[in-house]
Amino acid sequence: MATNTVPGPRVGQPTSLAGKAAFEVDDRLIVAGPLRRTLNKVFPDHWSFLLGEIALYSFIVLLLSGTWLTFFYDASMKEVIYDGTYAPLRGIEMSAAYESTLNISFDVRGGLLIRQMHHWAALLFVASIVVHLLRIFFTGAFRRPRETNWFIGVTLLVLAMLEGFAGYTLPDDLLSGGGLRIFSAVFLSIPVIGTWVYFTVFGGDFPGEVIIGRLYILHVLIIPAILLGLIALHLLILVKQKHTQFPGAGRTEHNVVGNRLFPTFAAKATGLLFIVVGLCAALGGLVQINPIWLLGPYNPAQVTAGSQPDWYIGFVDGGARIFPPWEIVLWGYHIPPVFWGALGLPGLMFGALALYPVLERVLTKDTASHHLLQRPRDVPVRTSLGAMAVTAYVVLWISGGNDLIADKFDLSLNAMIWFGRIGFLVLPPIAYWATYRICIGLERHDREVLEHGIETGVIRRLPSGEFIEVHQPLGPVDAHGHGQLAYGGASVPKKMNQVGGARRAIRGFFKPIEEPAEVQRQAEIEARGLESEQASRELSSSGRPSEGGRPSEGGRPQDPRD
Amino acid sequence: MSTTDHSRPGSAGGADEPGQLHGGPDDDYGPEQLAAMDRTELDRLGARYDGVEVLHVEPVAPPGSPLDKRNTRQVTLWFALAALFAVAFVVVYAGSGWFLPSWAWSTGSSTWSALYTPLLGALFGLSMISIGIGLVLYVKKLLPHETAVQDKHDGSHFDRVTTGATLMGGLDSSGLPRRKLLAGTLGLLGLAFGAMLLSLLGGFIKNPNKGNPLGTTPWADGLRLLRDDGTPVRPGDQVAGSLATVFPAVPGGNKAYDGAVMLIRLRPEQLSELRIPAGREDFGYGDYVAYSKVCTHAGCPVSLYEQETSRILCPCHQSQFDVTDGAKPVFGPATRPLPQLPITVDDEGYFVARGDFPEPVGPSFWNMGRLG
Repeated sequence: MATNTVPGPRVGQPTSLAGKAAFEVDDRLIVAGPLRRTLNKVFPDHWSFLLGEIALYSFIVLLLSGTWLTFFYDASMKEVIYDGTYAPLRGIEMSAAYESTLNISFDVRGGLLIRQMHHWAALLFVASIVVHLLRIFFTGAFRRPRETNWFIGVTLLVLAMLEGFAGYTLPDDLLSGGGLRIFSAVFLSIPVIGTWVYFTVFGGDFPGEVIIGRLYILHVLIIPAILLGLIALHLLILVKQKHTQFPGAGRTEHNVVGNRLFPTFAAKATGLLFIVVGLCAALGGLVQINPIWLLGPYNPAQVTAGSQPDWYIGFVDGGARIFPPWEIVLWGYHIPPVFWGALGLPGLMFGALALYPVLERVLTKDTASHHLLQRPRDVPVRTSLGAMAVTAYVVLWISGGNDLIADKFDLSLNAMIWFGRIGFLVLPPIAYWATYRICIGLERHDREVLEHGIETGVIRRLPSGEFIEVHQPLGPVDAHGHGQLAYGGASVPKKMNQVGGARRAIRGFFKPIEEPAEVQRQAEIEARGLESEQASRELSSSGRPSEGGRPSEGGRPQDPRD
Repeated sequence: MSTTDHSRPGSAGGADEPGQLHGGPDDDYGPEQLAAMDRTELDRLGARYDGVEVLHVEPVAPPGSPLDKRNTRQVTLWFALAALFAVAFVVVYAGSGWFLPSWAWSTGSSTWSALYTPLLGALFGLSMISIGIGLVLYVKKLLPHETAVQDKHDGSHFDRVTTGATLMGGLDSSGLPRRKLLAGTLGLLGLAFGAMLLSLLGGFIKNPNKGNPLGTTPWADGLRLLRDDGTPVRPGDQVAGSLATVFPAVPGGNKAYDGAVMLIRLRPEQLSELRIPAGREDFGYGDYVAYSKVCTHAGCPVSLYEQETSRILCPCHQSQFDVTDGAKPVFGPATRPLPQLPITVDDEGYFVARGDFPEPVGPSFWNMGRLG
């Protein structure tokens, strides 16, 4: 028997050029094992798992387009007289930062495209983080052992918002300057150390001469570096802990069902990457955003009506708008309302968000590890709390644009503010109650279908004259005709079509693209498969599947290393 | 890395032959055995060692079948489109100003410069999105649909115990728990080192109380009220009911955030209902009053003056101030009235200030009631 100590040509040696090259590489770096493990990693196949990826890909767009922009941007507050391409602003005094942003927009080939692409990608970045977070929240994916990753995610969200704020302040235009002024008032409002923080941040009184330069280094180096590190950690923990998955046939707390990384998932993910980049580019080219040349340079004595921050800061602004004029004054010391509205409220919201997994763990006393997701309806309290928080957020967010809403819909501005003040207190509890009722209703319907079967729509008249609707049981029934399937946390079919009661439609938009006969044949094969499977199939909510289904069978010598 | 000199449970440690290769169960499968397996078998074998079992593979349309050809055509078409858009992008990007009209923007310029950025974005985007669609279709139509299942493991008790032993063994060898003085000194060193690093942040700190910059503005007795273009204002310059923004007559006065002042000429009806706060009877001049333009809520310039209601509205957070009632806040989040600037007219008939504001302008801060 040949062993690998025998010199000369060995069995199984690569013969192709690529094979030889790969062999040479592995001989030195020993990567074949880890590479195979990576390629074989299984990813769940559900669209909601792509939301975080959208955030990742927009971050890549941000890094690339942002780097491009740094080569043309000048983070200086030095006063210059504009003499560039954009005639309406010629002869106007402005900061070098604003001038260089004008130059990017008008004098650099493709500069406007990259600038707008960068801005759109930033909006998409925060938006996809928020939607990703909502998915994680409502499905319980943050539960043990994933609290750490939840916490990192919340930190990423806060950092992304700060990064966005720093970024849109850099052009030093009238709109962003106004935002910076409000920001300075928020610093100033902090009890005891407010004035010190304010002077430290601005290097003196507002606006000073250093803030743009400082925001720049925060925006292009410090925050991106932290974001990058945290994203890497986020993904590392994800790979280490493996994905969660929705409950379903064959899915347990101890496995992941889906596609292997290579080639299916890699191709899908790369496809999504290109679509996200393409979307940012198309938006950047076709949809104007932040036209700073229309706003003019920052001037502390000027402001435009209807000034709006980027969407993710809107709720902070809303909080500042609707907070009542309550200023605490004690012995000459002031705590102004802007502190509560713009710092206290978001602080409370993000604090509660960050601590939620711990709170839930303590309150429900559920300390077990969970890898199967929950349907929102099955956790009515959490779902309702989430709906409550989202409602409060939306009220704040709407209040952040209440002047525009009042203007466009011809409403009283003061009425909009009162709507915000009252709505913030009244609407969230209503949302809680409504969501709770909806969850319970949906749960009951699931149980009803499991017990009595699906409504077929077939009405039958009994000899006694009574009309009844025929129900199709989902599984075996007992002597009384009641279904014996237990609820397994997975979606329960509610329509006959979903259990093969009707043939599926022939595909094709303008004309059929499949042979009806072939579809019929497939349906029959499927039906036969279902029948044979029906006896053994059982939806279970937890526990390991039968040992036969486990890939660990086969005498593996060691656990895989992740 | 040497693989010959470590001993694992179950291995012949230290034997003078190559140990198991990194992660590979080469003891179980010799080269001949592997050579006898086909590619799918090898793939599945490797997957099994990674805890992955391929449950089900739904094959794609058989090669050469009409469906396969159509699918291949479809995917190819999207990639071809992507290439086409990419080329078009390069043509537009590089060709503008060369064989295409110039892209540079100027007032009233050609449609090409207005189309340039949208065209670039559309082509770049379409190219990228076409690649994306092509890849997604590739997965859906040309790749076999494979369902795989991977094992998920909880932490290993073995790993915990052995790692703990290694760590605690290291700590024991260091003797730190025993050498109390050394350990204590190291703790103090950590604190001192941290303090040294933190102290460098001191360079950022500025004292906000030096010279009372937050409580004072550039305004002073005798300073003229200048418009943004630097011209002084006379009482006859404004019509009743109008508002003008004025700045102190100092260098850079029109850039100081706390210097902007609203000079308002009241209408006779407003004068009749004017309520002057105690101690400010002489702050106005005739039918003129002057208030700080900096909102006392968050520092925005309050700019929207609705003379019918005598209200000044801040567009940032909608605080509203009543001009006829000492600029007190009547709605919104602001809590303090806009500070009033005492004004009069100098020998030449131009408006001048009679001093600085009697209170800090702008947003409230902690010690504003205890300045100076």
